Amino acid sequence: MAKLESTFKNMVLSLTAITLVAAAGLAAVYMVTKAQIDAQKEAAQNAAKIEVLNGQEGTAIECSADGFGGPIRLMVGFAANGDILGYKVLEHQETPGLGSHIAEWFQEGGKGNIIGMNPGKNNMTVSKDGGEVDAITAATISSRAFLKAIHNAYGQFCEQNGNAVATDSVACYTGASMPKDSAECVMHHCCSEGKEVNHE
Amino acid sequence: MNNALKTLTNGILKENPTFGLVLGMCPTLATTSSAVNGMSMGLATMFVLICSNIVISLLKNVIPDKVRIPAFIVVIATFVSILQLLMQAYVPAIYATLGLFIPLIVVNCIVLGRAEAFACKNSVGLSAIDGLGMGLGFTLSLTLIGAVRELLGTGCIFGAHLFDGQYGALIFVLAPGAFICLGYIMALVQKLMKK
Amino acid sequence: MKNLIVAPAPHAHSGDSVRKNMLLVIAALMPAYAVSLAAFGWGALIVTLISIAACCATEWLIAKFILKQQPTLCDCSAILTGLLLAFNLPSNLPWWLIVIGAVVAIGVGKMTFGGLGQNPFNPALVGRVFLLIAYPVQMTTWPLPQGFNAVDAATGATPLAYMKQIVKNGDMSLMDKLPDLQDAFFGFMGGSLGEVSALALIAGGIFLICTKVITWHIPVSILATVAAFAALGAPAGMCPCHYTALTLCTGGIMLGAFFMATDYVTSPMTGWGKIIFGIGIGLIVMVIRTWGAYPEGMSFAILIMNATVPLLNKIRPKRFGEVVKK
Repeated sequence: MAKLESTFKNMVLSLTAITLVAAAGLAAVYMVTKAQIDAQKEAAQNAAKIEVLNGQEGTAIECSADGFGGPIRLMVGFAANGDILGYKVLEHQETPGLGSHIAEWFQEGGKGNIIGMNPGKNNMTVSKDGGEVDAITAATISSRAFLKAIHNAYGQFCEQNGNAVATDSVACYTGASMPKDSAECVMHHCCSEGKEVNHE
Repeated sequence: MNNALKTLTNGILKENPTFGLVLGMCPTLATTSSAVNGMSMGLATMFVLICSNIVISLLKNVIPDKVRIPAFIVVIATFVSILQLLMQAYVPAIYATLGLFIPLIVVNCIVLGRAEAFACKNSVGLSAIDGLGMGLGFTLSLTLIGAVRELLGTGCIFGAHLFDGQYGALIFVLAPGAFICLGYIMALVQKLMKK
Repeated sequence: MKNLIVAPAPHAHSGDSVRKNMLLVIAALMPAYAVSLAAFGWGALIVTLISIAACCATEWLIAKFILKQQPTLCDCSAILTGLLLAFNLPSNLPWWLIVIGAVVAIGVGKMTFGGLGQNPFNPALVGRVFLLIAYPVQMTTWPLPQGFNAVDAATGATPLAYMKQIVKNGDMSLMDKLPDLQDAFFGFMGGSLGEVSALALIAGGIFLICTKVITWHIPVSILATVAAFAALGAPAGMCPCHYTALTLCTGGIMLGAFFMATDYVTSPMTGWGKIIFGIGIGLIVMVIRTWGAYPEGMSFAILIMNATVPLLNKIRPKRFGEVVKK
């Protein structure tokens, strides 16, 4: 078959045909994969919920704060009295090898363990700022941002639970370095299986 | 047959996209922080390369010359989107790591370059082999850079510990390490090829 | 043009050589080195010896076996690089880190580009910045000056880290953690080996200017820019004079201005070029100190301005014989 001439009619026809076929193909793939993609997303979120609640009853809250390299997005699990049951870093852009340690540094057994602490009772700031939490070596900015995200989550937790926890005890991150801004938090009330009971 | 073999090895050795043609530097520098990441990026690009080469070779006679670039880009972008959906569905972990660089395959010079330089002038079979060869060359280079960076930066290769991570030089996992590694590996490859 | 005489050979030689200049710079560094020995004790000595030995060994091995040239150790430039690298390191650094720094300084920073005279970036700083990014924990754990008596080396934050917090967060409670101006000037504060004493570094710098090894342009323009920036940007509640003086005396400003930025190979050739080069360094270092992630930015500032040297070298004196425009 000889090559098509570059006439206006040929160009329009050829491009239109190619785009139509491409769109149809994409739509087909989208339909086939949609169910699987949704399932994957839900599985990932449920896994995170079960992990942060550590197999106990509580509330999982998604929250974020600006870190050194970009937003740090956390999911934090709180017991009914506000004790931290666990956390999981969902997304971050901290420096690999320094700030990226937030994923395990503050876990149980890590050097800056915060599990079991309560932002309403403990002074959850880095020790450099007079608090009880050991910051990651050479990554104080990331550590501060991480704790700020925890505090944001706790603020949301108190707001949602109303009188269940003494709301006046919400300690926001003090110090001019971390002005408390309104962070986007998502609330998940759920039981230990990660099934949502009361999603507002 | 000889011709096919020549086309295949051409992409891996003589016209290796990374070390020979120096194309596709953006993903090369950005996604090679570990051997697995480099290899995943290489394989993803190989998929798009083979598919787009085949389709463009099939369509070469119905695409008028003056609109060939938009037509090529539509074909390439379609395959990249398909790849994106497939990865989200079946390998979400790798998709999360490579993130933005999957959609950026659309503007990877190698893919458009092979469409323009090879697929629109050759038969379907040869174009597929060219895509495979180029893709393999790209995958091998990215895996090599990723492995070197992962080893020097964290003491591991493909996650297997070779020496204590505290001796790893963090800089190799970061952007400056990508430039340093790429430069030295390219120099070494050039020296070996000349022999 | 009347003063220019072009004579046929033989020409008299002034006796100037690479080796002589390098030795003069090393001599000028000695007062500062004496202060760091007094401040950091054995650590300072060990770091310097390892650094110099590793630099010389790397240069010799690469010249001999990779470039297959006559090794040029006797021009003393590798010794100077080793000494300057050591001056930029904390005195408690483990030996293997110093060796890595030396290999990067000479191997990547100098020999990759073809050896002395061909490198676009200051080799000692390439080594230091590589270490800083690669091993940030070890590179930012500063020993406090304790002299030779130190049994257990105590570490602590440098004055610069405190200054950064004061400027950034307005946290005035840290004011009393800043060193006395006298301490900063004479040399008793935490930091890299060679940057503890501003006085000794200035003395060395003046010696270099008097012996015409370097010209005044680069140090003066760097220090003036930094001083102007600091005076204008002093935090509220702190005397601008005090802040400016502290800014000049802490960190790597003095060492960088007199010894690192003035490296022949990596600085511009003409007077105006040098002044623009110096102003650029001063601005970048203050921008990094005030807003950047690192407390100190002297090495980054010098390396960034090193990259502009080929452009700055386009500023040239008028060609001889060019017709003067009327």
